[in-house]
Amino acid sequence: MQTFTLAAMLLLLSSLAFRLGRGRALAVVGGEPRGLHSLPGYYGWWVALWCGLPAFAVLLSWLVLEPSVVRALVVSGLPAEMQALGPDRIDVLVNEVRNAALGHATTNPALAAAAEHYLRLSRIGFASVAVISVALALAGTALARARIEPALRARPRVERVVKVFLVASSTVAVFTTIGIVLSLLFEALRFFNMVSITDFLFGLSWSPQMSIRSDQTGSSGAFGMVPLFTGTMLISLISMVVALPLGLFSAVYMAEYAAPRFRAVAKPALEILAGIPTVVYGFFAVITVAPLIRGAGEALGLTVAAESALAAGFVLGITLIPLISSLSDDVITAVPQSLREGALGLGATRSETVRLVILPAALPGIVGGVLLAVSRAIGETMIVVMAAGLSAKLTFNPLEAVTTVTVQIVTLLVGDTEFDSPKTLAAFALGLMLFAITLGLNVVALHIVQKYREKYD
Amino acid sequence: MTDMAETTAVTRTAETVAARLGRRYAAEARFRAFGFAAVAISIGFLAILLGSIVAKGWSAFVQTQVLVEIAFDPQVIDPDGTRDPATLDTADYAALIRAALAARLAPDADRSTRRDLSGLISSGAANQVRAMVNADPSLIGTSRKVWLMASDKLDMVTKGQYDTALNERQLGWLTALRADGELRRTFNTTFLTAGDSREPEQAGIWGAMVGSFFSLLITLLVSFPLGVAAAVYLEEFAPTNRWTNLIEVNINNLAAVPSVVFGLLGLAMFLNVFHLPRSAPLVGGLVLALICLPTIIIAGRAALKSVPPSIRQAAAGLGASRLQIVAHHVLPLAMPGMLTGTILGMARALGETAPLLMIGMVAFIVDIPKSPLDPSAVLPVQVYLWAGSSERAFVEKTSGAIIVLLVFLVAMNLIAILMRKRFERRW
Repeated sequence: MQTFTLAAMLLLLSSLAFRLGRGRALAVVGGEPRGLHSLPGYYGWWVALWCGLPAFAVLLSWLVLEPSVVRALVVSGLPAEMQALGPDRIDVLVNEVRNAALGHATTNPALAAAAEHYLRLSRIGFASVAVISVALALAGTALARARIEPALRARPRVERVVKVFLVASSTVAVFTTIGIVLSLLFEALRFFNMVSITDFLFGLSWSPQMSIRSDQTGSSGAFGMVPLFTGTMLISLISMVVALPLGLFSAVYMAEYAAPRFRAVAKPALEILAGIPTVVYGFFAVITVAPLIRGAGEALGLTVAAESALAAGFVLGITLIPLISSLSDDVITAVPQSLREGALGLGATRSETVRLVILPAALPGIVGGVLLAVSRAIGETMIVVMAAGLSAKLTFNPLEAVTTVTVQIVTLLVGDTEFDSPKTLAAFALGLMLFAITLGLNVVALHIVQKYREKYD
Repeated sequence: MTDMAETTAVTRTAETVAARLGRRYAAEARFRAFGFAAVAISIGFLAILLGSIVAKGWSAFVQTQVLVEIAFDPQVIDPDGTRDPATLDTADYAALIRAALAARLAPDADRSTRRDLSGLISSGAANQVRAMVNADPSLIGTSRKVWLMASDKLDMVTKGQYDTALNERQLGWLTALRADGELRRTFNTTFLTAGDSREPEQAGIWGAMVGSFFSLLITLLVSFPLGVAAAVYLEEFAPTNRWTNLIEVNINNLAAVPSVVFGLLGLAMFLNVFHLPRSAPLVGGLVLALICLPTIIIAGRAALKSVPPSIRQAAAGLGASRLQIVAHHVLPLAMPGMLTGTILGMARALGETAPLLMIGMVAFIVDIPKSPLDPSAVLPVQVYLWAGSSERAFVEKTSGAIIVLLVFLVAMNLIAILMRKRFERRW
């Protein structure tokens, strides 16, 4: 809260600095703006930037560094026997200290003292940051104001700062990708130090439960991702069996047959299907579709698992219909009219035109769209978390329960997370695989779609 | 002779064509019917989905209440007669309710009967009575008729959802209460104003709504300026070179990275490296901002592209700098399109669940968050949590929460569509 107050204060100071700079610029030339190099507002901006930028830089770096710095100081202030504990125990202690500092009583006197220490540190830290940033703001303002003269090139200077901001913003996407790769790679490498990479890639059993004591049975967890991979493939396959014909036929109908009025209603309806959050689909799968499939299976004398791959895959398929349909619609309408007219002129019926001329011409684009849909199916999480099972079974029977890569990532990381057991780190290794596979599919798909687009442009 | 042969050949061809024509037309009709069926089935799924959610969820907005005549017995509330607020606060109000129910329904109740009796009323009703006494201590010693919140089981039975939730004896009491008009159904304000709870009848979505609001606020504050700036740079300033190309490929690929991977990034970076608070909307908002960013950049670039070059040339001709051209002319014209894209991105962020599970926004949180740093849930996570609950009464609450979520999504999309309609320009 106090950080917000400080930030608001700095903003206020900057706006004051703006007025100050603008007024100063006008005063320097005696109220005649024509004598200035830039418009008076730019002098205002220039002073405001000098006021705000250094101060906010200090504030921001403190916000980023504060937790680590204060934590390190608090830990070094703990009694020696507490410091000797393992890193995760220290994590717990630090949490307790933080809670104590927030007003929850603690019974341990050492921790209570540490909480005092913690509070004092953060108070001192914040006070010094507040003083430094306000001082910088004032100093910057004074300095900039003193330098205002008619020949000062204020506009190019302000524009340079803005341009730096624009360039920096455009690199955020790159840094996000780098961040993803680094964080996944770093934790996955720690995992591969504990479990060999060949066991992970080719192992046939997955049971990440590590026992707490070494003498318990089944103490060594098994981390073979093959059953997860086959489970993911099975559910994706089922979803594509549902989504591909429905999506493709809808696209053909919308593009080639539907009257404009029908299109105007049906297209938004399909878009709504795409806009519904997947957690809603997950609930729908659990509460409506799974019992239906189970009932139908039992009526036929089949045993259907409560969390069958069929239910999850079916609902997942529904969510993919709009994606396939809209992407295919785009490529079908992009096929040149002359091809259509040529086929019709030779006496082909409309369906023959579609099947023999338009679809072959649009095929690369459709394949690209389907690949994007597959990548979405592999990465989709909520539906499978809610509707698919947890046990990793190596099966291709759609009526049994299987688990997927995303389900395991969520199960391994929800709840208490200790960052030195292979159980949690395995999630990052799975995430790395998921990222690599979906990225590969996307690159190929985008490449195909772009190639195709160029052909007719 | 040759003429004859040609004529027969033509006739034969015409016959074959005519014979085939029927089949070809049939195939045409079939194909068309398949296409129509595909659209109809897809929209049918949508109808079934929405229908089943509304059918299950509308009753979450209705609550059953029981009229009970409570005797505010001074012996139970305040035996010493001090009227000390601390004493009033800790008194056993559940006992008052039990006694009142027993007096009404089963005067000579034994132990198991009493247990059945308290099964009719929510455990939260005691708080309601406590609030009454705290507000007006002069009630003590009098008796008054009060509408109390029914238990989830009674609620389900009156809604016809689960008839065996109550036993025979309780059902008998229920009939008696209903016959005397001491049972009513009102609009469920608890559902819209309370935080989460283990008791279905006391659970509400306000906490999740506030959490969603804070998360989306952070998302908007982070992703909108960054997205607009990135779009402006890429569309108006960037030279075409390797680096720009790399950024573009990157943005396109980020848009297709599974959201759960962003959750892993948030866990490893924001929580483990920067030690930001777990379960807080601040972290959730940051992760969602990274997810939305590609969408906003792509929409922003499309909006900038649609501004005709003549505007830029006219401004440049009057001596504006490149930044002035963009800031004073191009950006205002492209803003409606950018805002539309942003709202759509926000709508997607509102429904996003998986990455928030990764950063610990799945904790059971009763308190309403007061700032983006407090632990909280968000709407879709609340849906997920309730969907996993074994209590049957939560099915209705889950569907109710979904209805609220969908109402927000529809509202956001409508705003986007209306904005597009209102501000769309054809050049």
